[in-house]
Formats: sequence, C-alpha cells, structure tokens
Amino acid sequence: MGNLRSVAKALEHVVEPGQQVLVTSKPADIAAASHVVFPGQGAARDCMRELDQHKLVEPVLAAARSKPFLGICMGLQVLMRHSEENAGVDCMNLYPGEVRALAPRLAAAGEMALKIPHMGWNNVMQSGSHPLWNGIAQNSRFYFVHSFFVDPEDPLLASGHSRYGIEFTSAIACANVFAVQFHPEKSADDGLRLLHNFVRWNGQYA
Amino acid sequence: MSLAKRIIPCLDVDNGRVVKGVQFVDIRDAGDPVEVARRYDKEGADEITFLDITASSDDRDTIVHVVEHVAEEVFIPLTVGGGIRKLEDVRTMLNAGADKVAINTAAVFNPDFVREVSDRIGSQCIVVAIDAKQVSAAGEPLRWELFTHGGRKPTGLDAVEWAQKMTDYGAGEILLTSMDRDGTKAGFDLTLTRAIADAVSIPVIASGGVGNLDHLAEGVLEGRADAVLAASIFHFGEYTVGQAKQRMAERGVEVRL
Repeated sequence: MGNLRSVAKALEHVVEPGQQVLVTSKPADIAAASHVVFPGQGAARDCMRELDQHKLVEPVLAAARSKPFLGICMGLQVLMRHSEENAGVDCMNLYPGEVRALAPRLAAAGEMALKIPHMGWNNVMQSGSHPLWNGIAQNSRFYFVHSFFVDPEDPLLASGHSRYGIEFTSAIACANVFAVQFHPEKSADDGLRLLHNFVRWNGQYA
Repeated sequence: MSLAKRIIPCLDVDNGRVVKGVQFVDIRDAGDPVEVARRYDKEGADEITFLDITASSDDRDTIVHVVEHVAEEVFIPLTVGGGIRKLEDVRTMLNAGADKVAINTAAVFNPDFVREVSDRIGSQCIVVAIDAKQVSAAGEPLRWELFTHGGRKPTGLDAVEWAQKMTDYGAGEILLTSMDRDGTKAGFDLTLTRAIADAVSIPVIASGGVGNLDHLAEGVLEGRADAVLAASIFHFGEYTVGQAKQRMAERGVEVRL
C-alpha cells in the first residue's frame, strides 16, 4: 500500500480549518510543518534508498524528535534499527529493535495455514490510553496489509498489539511519535478518527 | 479475536456508470459509482472492487476519474480491474486512489508483468484474477482450466497450477471466479475454491454464483476463502452487506461488525 494520495485525501477529510495537507519530499517543508505523517513506500530497501537519495533521513528523524509525528506501515518499520526484508536492511534506528518476517514465525508457531501477507481487518488491543486512541473502542478493527512486523526491544514502546498466528506490536508510542502497522487511511471511521486525533494532537504523551 | 473474513461488493462500471442496475430506494442516482460505493461503505463493506467493462479503450480514462472521486470519500481499500496491461496502467490506478489492481488477461499473455509489478510496486497491490471452468469429465479427477477475456477464451492452462505460478511470480491475492457458477445464484464452486485456497500461500477471494447469504458463509467455511465477492445480491437490494455479515457471524465466521 503506502498510497500517498489516499493518506492525503483521508487527512484532508479530518483537518481543522486553517490546516493544510501537503505531500512533499522537501526537507524545508518537513521542517516547517506542524505535524508530520510518514507513510513510507515500497519495500524496506527501496524506502531507505529513496530517503537517502532525497536526503530525507535527517529531516525525518529531526521531525520525529520534535513534533507530532505519525508513521504508517513502512513508515513504522523503518523507524527501527534493522529490517529482515530484502536480505537485511539497515533502517533509521530511532528505536532499538528488529523488523521481522511473519512467515517463519507463523511456521514456527504451527500456523502454516495462515496466508501471507496478513491482509484485512484485524483487532488492535490498545496497551493503554493515548490521545490518538481517543474515541476508538478497545479491540477495534483496522485494515492491515503486510508481511513483516516490528519487534521493539523496549516492550513499553508498544501502544497496540494484534494477533495473527502470533501476537505482534501493531502500534508504538513514544513522546511525540505514534506509529502504526495498519492503514488508518483505509480503516473507515476508526481510521479517520485516529487521523482526526493526530491532526489535533500537541505531541504530549505522559 | 483475529483477522476477519472480508465481504467485497463488486461494481461493474461501463463508461463511468454502474451497470446491472442498483435498486436502492434511498439513493439519488443508482448509476453513480460514488454514491453506490458510499452506500456500501456505510453498510460495512470491507473493500470495494470496480470492474471496468468499458469496451472502447478510448473511454478508459473514465474509470480513472471514477476511482479518484470514490477515493476522496470512501476510506476503505479499493480494487480496480479491467484493461490493465502495463506498469503505467497500474501506476495510474494507484495514483488515482486505488489500492490494488486486478489483472487477468495481461498476466496470461505476459506472466512477467505480474513479477514486474510485484518487484517495482509491491505484491500487495496485485490481485491476479482467475476465471476457471471445470473441464474434467464425469468420473475423471477434477480439473479446471483457466479462461481469459471474461471467460470466453480457453488457455489450456490448469487453474490450480496457474494460481501457484502466479503466487511464485509475486501476486498478493487471487480473485477466483467459477465460470460454471457465475450468474447462476447456485453458490460458489466450493471444490474449486478449496482446491485453489489450499494450493497457495496468499489470500483467495471467492467469486461467482452467490445467490444467498449462506453461500457467502460456505465460501469461507467449506471453500476456505479469505474473502468473498458478490455483485448482484447486493446491487438488486436483496440483501445489505450488514445482513451478510450478520449471517456469516451466525455461521461462526469472524467478520468486522
């Protein structure tokens, strides 16, 4: 997925008057923005290569350290130190942890009949309260499509878990950063609610 | 609590208009794909598939505008099929707001096209559509053949082997239509559905033949499909998507309610 237009359209649907949605690959735009959404695109290697080529790694990291920041799907995965995808890819290393392939873990768990990618609507168990979960019921379903999942070293980073043969981290929260494995822009009302919460978030999270 | 089985209404679109007459009493324009898509979204559809049946290639841009308009208002996954032959066609659809494209004929003529889309854009956006017809005679082991051009042209290819090959080539999902059942309202070909679902590691969408809500549940319970697609039972107002989900839940299928 990682369809930028879909993310932009969903944000336009929920922004407050005066807020403007801009799709950009320019460091200056990222620096000037009040909120940054980072969908990521393609496989891990392509995504990191694109970020490098556009000299975006530092600007994105700077945003993730300073302002309300929402990672989506690959935009969650590349925040980790390293991914198993494409025979191993070094990522942005904002958080210690590995991005792991689902297939061998499902096989090890005896869940060979489960299809890969994990595609469709699955429950997200919220680990605790967070401004981005406001108005979203515990265990609500969101739309997923992925074959890899994040495994952060710090278990307190997780803000949501989901189950597909194994339990995995489907949302993380840390200071001004929130990042999700699912696609809020394709998750109907609950997805729009999460985006609505994000564009109104001041980045505070105790 | 786990992954829900999906219900996918399918709209046939000809020159930007929904055909096969949708009859919702509270819809202003039953031929407007945006209105119909919005309605299905409200009813709880898990995804929506558009099948472009526009005959003239000159009018193909119309479906792009349809997708653009729908994607501005409907925030669930959208799949578009029909006439997609080149990488550029895929990009155009995704840029318009589609999440997946369904490829049938183009994959048969050029299987590497599937690999190319998978490598360049990602397997999650490619649905390989398989139109299959039973060709084994009575008493023989069951065998289904792959057809193209909306089920008109035989290919000589075995449908199960083809599904496995497309999986290896990077398809993200299989949309399986039984040509024997399509339009009959007799239910899915459950043996075919199960044969393909068990043969591949990717999700399978069952299609063709749905006449009532129990057929949808059987597609999952007996056919082992990950998703079920239907057109006419929803279009003609016989059932809502919500009713379909209720029935599936009663039959023990996990759905998004």
